[in-house]
Amino acid sequence: MAKKKSVKKKKSLGKIKGFSIQFLPHTEVSGLGSNERIKKILGIVLGNNILILQGKLLAHEETRLIEDTMAMIDHVKNFRGIELAVISGDRSNTGFFGKIRMNIANAISGGDLGAITIIGPATVVKEMKRNPKKIELLLNK
Amino acid sequence: MVIKVFKNFFRRIFSKLFGQKGDIKLGFYGPPNAGKTSLANRICKDFTGEGMGSISKVPHETRTVQFREKVEIEHKGKKITFKMIDTPGIATKIDYEEFLKYKLKKKDAKKRAKEATQGVIDAIKWLEDMDMVVVVLDATQNPYNQVNITIIGNLVAREIPVLIVGNKVDLKRSDIKRIEAAFPEYDTIGISAKFGKNLEEFYESIFKLSKKV
Repeated sequence: MAKKKSVKKKKSLGKIKGFSIQFLPHTEVSGLGSNERIKKILGIVLGNNILILQGKLLAHEETRLIEDTMAMIDHVKNFRGIELAVISGDRSNTGFFGKIRMNIANAISGGDLGAITIIGPATVVKEMKRNPKKIELLLNK
Repeated sequence: MVIKVFKNFFRRIFSKLFGQKGDIKLGFYGPPNAGKTSLANRICKDFTGEGMGSISKVPHETRTVQFREKVEIEHKGKKITFKMIDTPGIATKIDYEEFLKYKLKKKDAKKRAKEATQGVIDAIKWLEDMDMVVVVLDATQNPYNQVNITIIGNLVAREIPVLIVGNKVDLKRSDIKRIEAAFPEYDTIGISAKFGKNLEEFYESIFKLSKKV
């Protein structure tokens, strides 16, 4: 009986194999130009990885990422696109000096380090449910 | 990006100086199936008597950028002429298998997906040419979708005036307050493009926004 139970467990775990989660610190992309940054991100996602990126992309980089993703759907077999979500640190309660301090820190580091960007291939990530305080990842079976 | 901001800034300065401002380019942006074409149709029918594009329950019905020149909107005795630009819904993923659920043949679904991907690229390319944009969101859906945030973030970065419209307020599941809470810095109004609900308030907001162009 106990044996049967363990077999069942193995089967259910087997469904979520075939991808990995990669964490990319901001320093890994901060020195790159927009093109290289997007190329690097898409390279990771095309390898069936869910990418957790420290910081966030610039507004025009996000649209560029969407454009390049759309272009790739037509050219890369079994690629259906990406799921993308960004969560930023809440600055509403930091006060005036807190905001200045954060802006200076961001200017020095070259990005919003309080933010986290999650990007995954649509074949792996079914949906990213987002609200201001959390991101929920629903995976494809 | 900096160059684009400067380009837009100088373009606006020159157009103001030499008074050669043409019709205001009013873009409709948003995720698929939010009701961009329904709203554009409603406006066009109200002021020109003709619609602008076809609508469907199947996502990505609008797959090419559509134009309507010389749409003169009249509100409270004032008139403004717009060039209306209806764009394909912006998405981060397009799977032809999704279209099969709507009983499309595999071949047609694949064709639709291919056209839809190009439509997204074209919609993004057109962003920088807009004078003002109405971002149409489905008021029954979660407004924190990253596509919405990306579109609005880009418009702000390009200094293009934005009005957020929560469509489908005729549906019980709609929640316009959720959209207002998600984007507190922007003017937001709830409408039903299908039933023409709250359109007077919409036109009022459009006229108000056009002053920022």
